[in-house]
Amino acid sequence: MMRLAALALRRLAQSLPVLAVILVGLFLLLQLAPGDTVDALMAQMGGGSAEDAARLREQYGLDAGVAVQLGRYLLRLASFDLGQSAIYGKPVASVIGERLAVTALFMSCALAFAFAAGLVLGVLAARRVNGWPDTLISTLGLVFYAIPSFWLGLMLIVLFSVKLAWLPPGGFETIGAGLTGLARVADIATHLVLPVVSLALIFLAIYLRLMRASMLEVMSLDFVRTARAKGLPEGKVLRRHVLRNALLPMVTFVGLQFSTMLGGSVVIESVFSLPGLGRLAFESVVQRDLNTLLGIVLVSALLVILVNFVVDLLYARLDPRIGA
Amino acid sequence: MKALRAYLRSPAGIIGAVLLIAVIAAALSADALFPRDPLALAGRPLQWPGANPRLPLGTDNLGRDIAGFLFHGARVSLLIGLVASVVAVGIGVLVGAVAGFYGGWVDDLLMRITEAFQTVPNFILLLVLVAVFGSELSVITIAIGLVGWTAPCRLVRAEFLSLRNREFVLAARGLGMRDMPLILGEVLPNALPPVIVYASVVMAIAILLESALAFLGLSDPNIASWGNMIGAGRSVLRTEWYVSAIPGAAILVTVLAFSLVGQGLNDALNPRMQVL
Repeated sequence: MMRLAALALRRLAQSLPVLAVILVGLFLLLQLAPGDTVDALMAQMGGGSAEDAARLREQYGLDAGVAVQLGRYLLRLASFDLGQSAIYGKPVASVIGERLAVTALFMSCALAFAFAAGLVLGVLAARRVNGWPDTLISTLGLVFYAIPSFWLGLMLIVLFSVKLAWLPPGGFETIGAGLTGLARVADIATHLVLPVVSLALIFLAIYLRLMRASMLEVMSLDFVRTARAKGLPEGKVLRRHVLRNALLPMVTFVGLQFSTMLGGSVVIESVFSLPGLGRLAFESVVQRDLNTLLGIVLVSALLVILVNFVVDLLYARLDPRIGA
Repeated sequence: MKALRAYLRSPAGIIGAVLLIAVIAAALSADALFPRDPLALAGRPLQWPGANPRLPLGTDNLGRDIAGFLFHGARVSLLIGLVASVVAVGIGVLVGAVAGFYGGWVDDLLMRITEAFQTVPNFILLLVLVAVFGSELSVITIAIGLVGWTAPCRLVRAEFLSLRNREFVLAARGLGMRDMPLILGEVLPNALPPVIVYASVVMAIAILLESALAFLGLSDPNIASWGNMIGAGRSVLRTEWYVSAIPGAAILVTVLAFSLVGQGLNDALNPRMQVL
């Protein structure tokens, strides 16, 4: 327990400088942007006088120097104030908060599906290495890896929503149906099937290749030969001895890949009109709502750090050699 | 020669090379076979593939010739993939080499920056860059390179860390070689093979990123990008789904080609390393 706590503290301390680099870097980057929120607002209002623009800039605090604005931004962040979303007319924190649950659910489902399916397929391939199941699974993995996720999403919509009419083509739940309890859960689940498959397939491919390689490596180690030699049935050797050790690289990879997956949600949430964080990111780019965009970057960075933190602790539990 | 023979022993490598040569051939022959502007109106919109012998793959909802668009799109994808990978691998090699060679606080600082880039989801960072710098072709290409340099950087750093205290490096240093020639002439050539293998993965990722950006309508609208046509086809997806399907298949083939070539290179250059 002490070992885990020490590890946890050290991990958290390590992530602080990274967070600082991200904040300062993004702030400076956005300073380079030609045109600001006020320009976007003025364009939306159909133009306006220079005095109006100056007044708005003062209102949004855009008239101060770069260093002052950065200082203000960091100070506000320290009190969990992400600023005002210029386009939605609400605090950024609440705009993001409304979208966070959808993305969190979507991400967990995609991650769980990719992990579980990758694990099973990887084990199947490794058990019959170079046999036909292995060739088939490895080929599928290569193809899955090359499919653009948004295109897969569209093709799944054509097949399952348009031609077969089995699943809804988009949205998070049936609007206005007033479903509650289990009926609502089932409704949301049917809406999530296609987006989850579209997003997860590429990661499934990565996990299955990783799992296959890692199984093969562990299976060639001495302790596995010992387990076989003492007469354990093959299934038990695989489950008790090989699988647990082969899982370690998979767990590391979940942490490494989570950030990429979160990035992928931008496109998939846009394809399936899921009201999540990714779609919000897309909307705020189109509308040049820089406060919201900065907020999303910050929240997604925090999510990535959180997931990696959990993964590190999980890893330390799985493998007692890791840690303080 | 030995490397080439080893490469040709890998079935993945052969299939990948064939696919890649086909894509390159399409890119090179685009002007000869389809001299018209791929973005111009070629005929009545939404003609199904095969319906009109003059337009073998039909037209999209803007009346563009899909076959011509595919061939010109191959050129765009390869160009963006190539330049973006050069940018990504270039930055990665530079940062990774300096961090791995010098170690200490330089390494600490550079690694915090690398981690920062890895922590922000790369597609969201790409959106920020596009929002800030606009969506011209050159900007997009460099931006894609800028979000993809961390993996090559880590590879190079790891190689440098393991190489920098080897005898040949110590000997060169003992002979009075200065840092720059030492890094470029002695250490780097030994660190490159895994990076070359990984470059094909960077290329595949770059092509996917650009197509996703173009699909969302955030890429340069004045170029024949496959993602662009998939995005345009979205509005007629229910009936004329081929408009989105055909360019997507082209992306699939191209990315598959790069992955397979990467696997072939890996089998040939470092058979013990696993490419991910």
